Amino acid sequence: MGVLMRRNAIIILMCVELMLNAVNLLMVTFSKMHNDASAQIFVFFIMVVAAAEVSVGLSIIVMMYRKVRSIDVNILNRLKN
Amino acid sequence: MSAIVISALLGVVMMLSGLILKKSTQVQWIAVLGAVLLLAASIFDHQLVVSKGTQSYYGMLELNSYTAWFNVLISFCVMMYILIFRKSIATVGRSDAEYFALIFFVMCGVYLLSTYSNLLILFIGIEVLSIPQYIMAGSDKESLKSNEASLKYFLLGSFSTGILLMGITLLYGATGSFDILSSKFADQFVQVSSLSSLSFIGIILLIVSFGFKASSAPFHLWTPDVYDGTPTAFTPFMATIAKVSIFLAFIRLFHFSFGNVSEAWQFTIAIMIILTLLLGNVTAVYQQSVKRMMAYSSIAQAGFMLFAIFSFNATSWQGIMLYSVTYTLASIGVFAVIIKMKDYTYEGFNGLAKKEPVLALTATICLLSLAGIPLTGGFFAKYFVLSATVEQGKMIWLVVFAVLMAAISAYYYFRVIMSMYFKQGDAEVSIETTSLEKALLIINAAIIILLGILPGLIIL
Repeated sequence: MGVLMRRNAIIILMCVELMLNAVNLLMVTFSKMHNDASAQIFVFFIMVVAAAEVSVGLSIIVMMYRKVRSIDVNILNRLKN
Repeated sequence: MSAIVISALLGVVMMLSGLILKKSTQVQWIAVLGAVLLLAASIFDHQLVVSKGTQSYYGMLELNSYTAWFNVLISFCVMMYILIFRKSIATVGRSDAEYFALIFFVMCGVYLLSTYSNLLILFIGIEVLSIPQYIMAGSDKESLKSNEASLKYFLLGSFSTGILLMGITLLYGATGSFDILSSKFADQFVQVSSLSSLSFIGIILLIVSFGFKASSAPFHLWTPDVYDGTPTAFTPFMATIAKVSIFLAFIRLFHFSFGNVSEAWQFTIAIMIILTLLLGNVTAVYQQSVKRMMAYSSIAQAGFMLFAIFSFNATSWQGIMLYSVTYTLASIGVFAVIIKMKDYTYEGFNGLAKKEPVLALTATICLLSLAGIPLTGGFFAKYFVLSATVEQGKMIWLVVFAVLMAAISAYYYFRVIMSMYFKQGDAEVSIETTSLEKALLIINAAIIILLGILPGLIIL
């Protein structure tokens, strides 16, 4: 929900991370339910990839901020044409 | 397998080569050499499959004859892409070697996606494919448009990754396994009536996320802005090679795992096809810039590729192979001309044929192929994906609709050809074309025509 509603790019990023954490929790729950460890390994992979994604994402946001002095995503619509 | 390892290593090698080598041309030729090496590695993999049968690696990767052959074809396309665009890639920004490194990292993702047999590898493949693309989109740091494209692509891309993960988790909850070839996984998807709601929602979420990544309507809204904002040297790569491999991953999962429960998802795909073809083609007509038109046309082409997923039979596999190659080569050919132009609008192309006859001719052949005119590869590509649907026998009216839409697409492709050949004006070319590039473009166009006459060359 946060991804669709919020306008601040960093908050959107945090909401995406929340989505991933929800997935992690669900993974671990299902793993316990099925008595199968593979989902827990999956969780590790999700964490690593999420960290990589955040590092790229934050640097993109910094690049954007340097240019327009704002991290409001509505500015993207203004720049469209 | 060897192609995956080599592409990841090449990424590292390219980054180091930027430190050691002083001249940009040396870096470019190392990249070309790397692409040739990748082609050799995937041919080696293909030979292995031919001689020893399907290869499986720890239940994570599975290399069969289709996917090994797809890897060979896509490696060839990448080689053509790097050869034609190497100069433009190196001049996007200051750090030339990194751009090639990003391309090789994306290729690693492409090979993972085409050979996965475990949902974990699917997830990692999609991420390895996407994260370098976010950087590629923003590689022109000085340009605001490029920054904007990068941010937009990143936010929507990571959102769709979240959806993909949710889908994978729900499928795991329903089946208790990530291995799409295992019996545990397959038992869940025998017939529609026994499909649990968890796995149904999982399948729908996967479709949504694939739709995002493959720019199919109604999840296509990011595509025109991103493809337009991305430096022109990278747009053909993102729009073709990366996208095509998403389609292969898509059809692999839906053909092998969800084939028996097709009633549950086929209707959704049909709606996506209608929306994608309609929105892509109709909006493309109204564009003023050729680059933006190509972005919308790539959405429209995605609609045709969705037919292969809709009909999931042997013909659709052949269709998606042929479609991948012809669409990739044709887009590379068109973008190779766009990147030379000073003015990307239709007016900018006026009278190009008089000034640069070779560029105009190769672009014409590529555009004809994209429109699906007979004697070019694009005709047979469209023919195969549509005949797969006819063979399958459901919703034949979709095929009629697609043919009508292909007729609309001819309008905007021909508009470019019209302005190149029949309109007066002086098209301004900002970058000179070397004779080597001309020769490569002619080879590219020749391959497209060859595939239009003998499509059997690349069909298994």
